[in-house]
Amino acid sequence: MPKHSRRLLRGIGLVCALALGVTACGDESGGSGQKSVSQDDIRAALEKGGTLTVWAWEPTLKQVAADFEKKHPGVEVELVNAGTNNDQYTALQNAISAKKGVPDVAQIEYYAMGQYALTKQLTDLEDFGAGKLSAKFSPGPWQGVQAGTNRVHALPMDSGPMALFYNKKVFDKYGIETPTTWAEYLDAARDLHKADPKAYITADTGDAGVTTSLLWQAGSRPYTVNGTKVGIDFSDEGAKTYTDTWQKLIDEKLLAPVNPWTDDWYKALGDGTIATLATGAWMPANLVSGVKEAAGDWRVAPLPQWSADGRSSAENGGSALALPELGKNEALAYAFVEYASAGDGVATRLENGAFPATTADLQSTAFQDTAFDYFGGQKANKIFAESAANVADDWSYLPYQVYANSIFNDTVGKAYVSGTTLAEGLKSWQQASVDYGNKQGFTVAK
Amino acid sequence: MTTPLSPGAAAPRPAPPRAARSRRSWTGWGFLGPFVAVFALVFLAPIGYSLYLSLFRDRLIGGNTFVGLDNYRQALGDERFWAALGRISLFLAVQVPVMLGIALLVALALDSGRLYGRDFFRVSIFLPYAVPAVVATLMWGFMYGTRFGLVGDVNDALGVSLPDPLSPGLVLASIGNIVTWEFVGYNMLIFYAALRVVPHSLYEAAQIDGAGQLRVITAIKLPAIRGALVIATIFSVIGSFQLFNEPSILQPLAPNAVTTDYTPNFYTYSLSFNGQQHNYSATVAIVMGLITMAIAYVVQLRGMRKGG
Repeated sequence: MPKHSRRLLRGIGLVCALALGVTACGDESGGSGQKSVSQDDIRAALEKGGTLTVWAWEPTLKQVAADFEKKHPGVEVELVNAGTNNDQYTALQNAISAKKGVPDVAQIEYYAMGQYALTKQLTDLEDFGAGKLSAKFSPGPWQGVQAGTNRVHALPMDSGPMALFYNKKVFDKYGIETPTTWAEYLDAARDLHKADPKAYITADTGDAGVTTSLLWQAGSRPYTVNGTKVGIDFSDEGAKTYTDTWQKLIDEKLLAPVNPWTDDWYKALGDGTIATLATGAWMPANLVSGVKEAAGDWRVAPLPQWSADGRSSAENGGSALALPELGKNEALAYAFVEYASAGDGVATRLENGAFPATTADLQSTAFQDTAFDYFGGQKANKIFAESAANVADDWSYLPYQVYANSIFNDTVGKAYVSGTTLAEGLKSWQQASVDYGNKQGFTVAK
Repeated sequence: MTTPLSPGAAAPRPAPPRAARSRRSWTGWGFLGPFVAVFALVFLAPIGYSLYLSLFRDRLIGGNTFVGLDNYRQALGDERFWAALGRISLFLAVQVPVMLGIALLVALALDSGRLYGRDFFRVSIFLPYAVPAVVATLMWGFMYGTRFGLVGDVNDALGVSLPDPLSPGLVLASIGNIVTWEFVGYNMLIFYAALRVVPHSLYEAAQIDGAGQLRVITAIKLPAIRGALVIATIFSVIGSFQLFNEPSILQPLAPNAVTTDYTPNFYTYSLSFNGQQHNYSATVAIVMGLITMAIAYVVQLRGMRKGG
């Protein structure tokens, strides 16, 4: 019965076509072509009202959204948690590829900004006059939202100027001084581990975020981004400074092989096994909630320097709010972003434990005089604010840093578990990143 | 195309040919339709879509372009893919015989009827299979921990220093241990079920002929369950090639030992979810599917030839 077979085939074909259509078709492109939006346009949009979809995982935004709705009746902010960092980036990239379901506002971390900015997937906020806001933000986050270009792709929401968190109780017990340089840090690591073989100066099993931040501080500038032309080079002097010290920490087994954010890690932070953490200023909230048993033991110190007279710092983490090009309600979306990152929303977010990216808040006496019970009453924000002001210039991440970080442990991670050196690990990370970039259509030079 | 499900086909009564034919065929489709629709939607469409995807390349710069078989050419020369395949082949060559050997031993022990507390033994061997692979891996991952896990506790209690099961050199064996623990019971059940249908008269005859237990096993039991052995081997081969849960869950515990290209399936996942290389990921998945099919087919051919 050929007729039936044909009909069957046609049926299957139809079903396949339908299935393909669901994923492949669907064209609901928003994003108006109009440029240069004035304050009047924004005011008009606020009066008109509408619904905004915001993809963010930052918990303090919840109150900000509620306040914004109260202030502007008629505006409805739909806050969606589409996953934390990597998960959300995957979802966002998929939505953009499908040109469907793209949010009006999205939270993007500084290290991931390039991926969206350079592929022109974000609305240029200079058109809304965001360029004028540059003085409001500290230099690290502002570099972050520019992502190696001279345009503004997002507004900084929070920041992570680095500091050294250390367990003072452990330091006092063994008579170890707080290190001010990485050379002293290395000595402290040796002394501590010698005094108590179970204690380590810090835990490190290879973390792309921390490594890139320390390279940043050490003066290394491995990534150069100029449009779609990308350079990757881990052989500069700064990288050597970093690997020389860190290789010793690895070789002498001075780093606890505990993976960050695991139960083991929290326990080790609490019982003195891990004595220090070099990380972003957003860390206190995590210590307060995750390492309760060590309350009062920990203190904050400036990040150790690579040279005795150095005064440089770097950013670790932090994120911004951007307007995806395909989102709708641009003027309204911008109004919300400005409210949350430079307007009244900032105070609300600080109250709920966020770390600011705005200089006025960083330098305000109320902020700097906040005493942290967890740090034994120490006014830790003073140190964070100083670090924010000292963040070194001209750092940029790769336009596909999210992917590069995902393969960090495949390459550099080898240095932590085998005979490969850190420098060799960075070299193979460089190679893998170059290969990926070329495959993605960038022109990558080593 | 005959439609055996159609009740009209069995009707002996001669009826007006045209009407009967048309009613008969529609009744048949009525029964077949739901299956065909679901089969097409959940089986053929995804395969078709993967094949379609594998012919394109979507790049961050330059967008989506048709590249023909370029992705396949890339996959065939991809060191990371072949390394993953090699790793999984080693896993297969060691883990599958060990697992099936233990399962067979247990099944024979149960079947011998000489085991005290047979039912309890059978259930407790089978129980791990009822634990979801994700939960099992989390549990083992915790036990493997050298700081606060079981390994750490043993080290502390006995003052020894056991090697870290999650170090790069041992992690494959550790994964093999988890998979063996999970699937011995399942395979045991297949063998045991096959052994139960062997007629008892054969054993009696063997006993009269003076055959010992070992002779009974080699001459009667093993030949009788050859089919089950082949099936279990094919399942295990496919299962090994699809290894994903275990490496994916152990990765956060051992990020430097379990790389993002540890097994072919994990590699396709990483390509797609970290690298946005959906097209290349589909290609690798298709190539891997073909390799799995080819190997499963060879195993089946060999198994059946011996059987015949």
